[in-house]
Amino acid sequence: MANILEADPDTSFDEILVKYPREQRFTLAIMQDIQNKHNYLPKESLTVVAKYLEVPISRLFSMATFYKALSLKKKGQNIIKVCDGTACHIRSSATLIGEVEKALGIKPGDITEDEKFSLETVSCLGSCALAPVMVINETYYGSVNAMKVREILSTYGGNTDDGE
Amino acid sequence: MMENKQNAVRKILVCCGTGCLANHSMDIVKNLKTKIAESGLEISVEPLVKATGCNGFCEKGPIVKFVPDDISYYKVKVSDIDEIIAQTVIKHEVIERLLYYDVVVGKRVKSQMENPFYSKQMKIALRNIGEIDPLEVNDYLERNGYLALRKALLMSPEAILTEVEKSGLRGRGGAGFPTGRKWKQCDSYDSFPKYVICNGDEGDPGAFMDRSILEGDPHSIIEGMLICGYAIKASQGFIYIRNEYSLAVRTMLEAIIHAEEKGFLGNNILGSGFSLTLQVVRGGGAFVCGESTALIASIEGRVGEPRAKYIRSVEKGLWGQPTVLNNVETWANIPEILAKGADWFNSIGTEKSKGTKVFSLVGKVKNTGLVEVPMGATLRDLIFDIGGGILGKKKFKAVQTGGPSGGCIPSELLDLQVDFDSLEAVDSMMGSGGMIVMDERTCMVDTARYYLNFLAEESCGKCVPCREGIKRMLEILNDICNGNGREGDIELLLSIGSMVNEAALCGLGKSAPNPVISTIKYFREEYEEHIRSKRCSAGVCKDLTDFFINPEDCVGCGVCKKNCVADAIIGNPKEAHTIEIAKCIKCGNCIDICKFNAVKVL
Repeated sequence: MANILEADPDTSFDEILVKYPREQRFTLAIMQDIQNKHNYLPKESLTVVAKYLEVPISRLFSMATFYKALSLKKKGQNIIKVCDGTACHIRSSATLIGEVEKALGIKPGDITEDEKFSLETVSCLGSCALAPVMVINETYYGSVNAMKVREILSTYGGNTDDGE
Repeated sequence: MMENKQNAVRKILVCCGTGCLANHSMDIVKNLKTKIAESGLEISVEPLVKATGCNGFCEKGPIVKFVPDDISYYKVKVSDIDEIIAQTVIKHEVIERLLYYDVVVGKRVKSQMENPFYSKQMKIALRNIGEIDPLEVNDYLERNGYLALRKALLMSPEAILTEVEKSGLRGRGGAGFPTGRKWKQCDSYDSFPKYVICNGDEGDPGAFMDRSILEGDPHSIIEGMLICGYAIKASQGFIYIRNEYSLAVRTMLEAIIHAEEKGFLGNNILGSGFSLTLQVVRGGGAFVCGESTALIASIEGRVGEPRAKYIRSVEKGLWGQPTVLNNVETWANIPEILAKGADWFNSIGTEKSKGTKVFSLVGKVKNTGLVEVPMGATLRDLIFDIGGGILGKKKFKAVQTGGPSGGCIPSELLDLQVDFDSLEAVDSMMGSGGMIVMDERTCMVDTARYYLNFLAEESCGKCVPCREGIKRMLEILNDICNGNGREGDIELLLSIGSMVNEAALCGLGKSAPNPVISTIKYFREEYEEHIRSKRCSAGVCKDLTDFFINPEDCVGCGVCKKNCVADAIIGNPKEAHTIEIAKCIKCGNCIDICKFNAVKVL
């Protein structure tokens, strides 16, 4: 552990850090910016942030595992979010999630082997009129049914034959 | 007349809330702008194309409204734009097919006010949504924005506190605590600095009124916070916005800059000597942060765990200082109360719940969207008059209110007048105003399981009753839904539920058993059917469901066959079809699309 802290300072997170004063209240904001830039929180980033804010790395770790917006696991090039809010749930989002799982061979929270996709479920995107909703990166797809899933995934280069 | 109309400033308002954006409304704005600029020579007045916040009627989006012509078009596509410019922009003529079709009257209506979705509403919190461009502070000023602040700055802080208390406004975030009393309590502590916080961590799945106000009318929130800040002598404020709402964050950040430029925010506001700054904090994506003490911990840069509230936030809140924390919708009500007076506000609503409430009407209802009605409107008014009733030919079963902490209300109680107290009396709650309509294809056991699953994931884990109790209840519900339910499960659920309710630390835990308790109370026979007959009559729990096609009702149209993902439906055209049970994945697609109600649950 000591080695990591004494190693050459990593400068790749500096442009994010300089935007924030060295105050504990900016911990979440800094980690979110890193998350946005890298799609996850690389291990080195926690060390750098801990040093910068002078907080124990364990606290950053507890925040990283507590907040849904933060992830310690690497995510795919395309992030698929299937909404499982109440309105989507009663319009069969569970079936939809099942279809994506089958098409990509991964469960929510996982990433495909080729790192092309990662799958997440979210609790309400506030677009209940479009239920059930699926979001890939920033694009919203409304009223998605089992038939549409494969069509949509294939536009992102998804391998849609599930080996049957 | 015509002359007048043409000389008035003509505007085209295009809804650009998240719902309409998802249906490409930004493309419509861009296209309208370029095409109008290109054809600029032919028309005398160039209409202003404005991107507004959410109209609330997301089901029929994108919505394009023309003022002062008062024409509203729904489900507009980019391909409609040429026609819109040729007919409506240049010739002031209405394009029939883009108007709202009123099923009750059986005709298309031109004005929003003829559309029952809007005409039965009364807008206070949503007063500017869809009418103004949220990024234009002048639009807000045109609609009397910041007048209430000017008025407040001439009043004594005590007079403001009294006015807000007299209005009877109760917190719109869930618990319904009287806002005026909260402010007065905070004012009574002589410790500075003090803080004002806006809770925009809208976490209830199915509720999006806060998102709509943050995106569509950010200045109303800023003005409300300013008035409170002046009354309790706060110097700093924070707006905590849910991480998923990126558009809301961007809009609010820009609105704060605009307000500062106009002198409404910052030092010595409007020469009054009062100063307040506002900052936006992005939420981290944790439902428990809707709980005030957890939200405060999150702003401080810690894990969002709540604490026991033996000392309230009004005394020791953010960084241990007196803090007023209100929900988005509450803040948006404040300027109107100050401008029009407590008596006006007090005259609306029921005895103990004053004013209006915004509900997000979602689920199996025809008109999905945001609706604002006076407190005391009945569930029937909301679901059938404004909401247009149930989708398809299905029957109404229940309405869920109050988010994961609320309960399910059955059809017998459709005439219930909705306010804070009446909902609690039927074992549900107001919550933030989510209203999820369920039909006969919704399984109540699965619904209870859904909420418990959500809460089990969102429980912060600090106190044992919530962390362990919810998990055990969820395991029992999973068993029941998977066909492993046992006699005595219902009683066990009720007994664990009452323990969690008694012993949990914060509101999340205390109310977590509500979805289970209320569904057992009103739909006990569904639980018993799952446990004893191993059957799910709604056709949702896959292990307890088999579908079949009733040959007497099937006309052999083939729609189900064409749409079956699993190729499990066989049959010749115009002959009754059948489902091959071995192949069926029980997605329920066929039962939902059959127009003849021929698909049934075995």
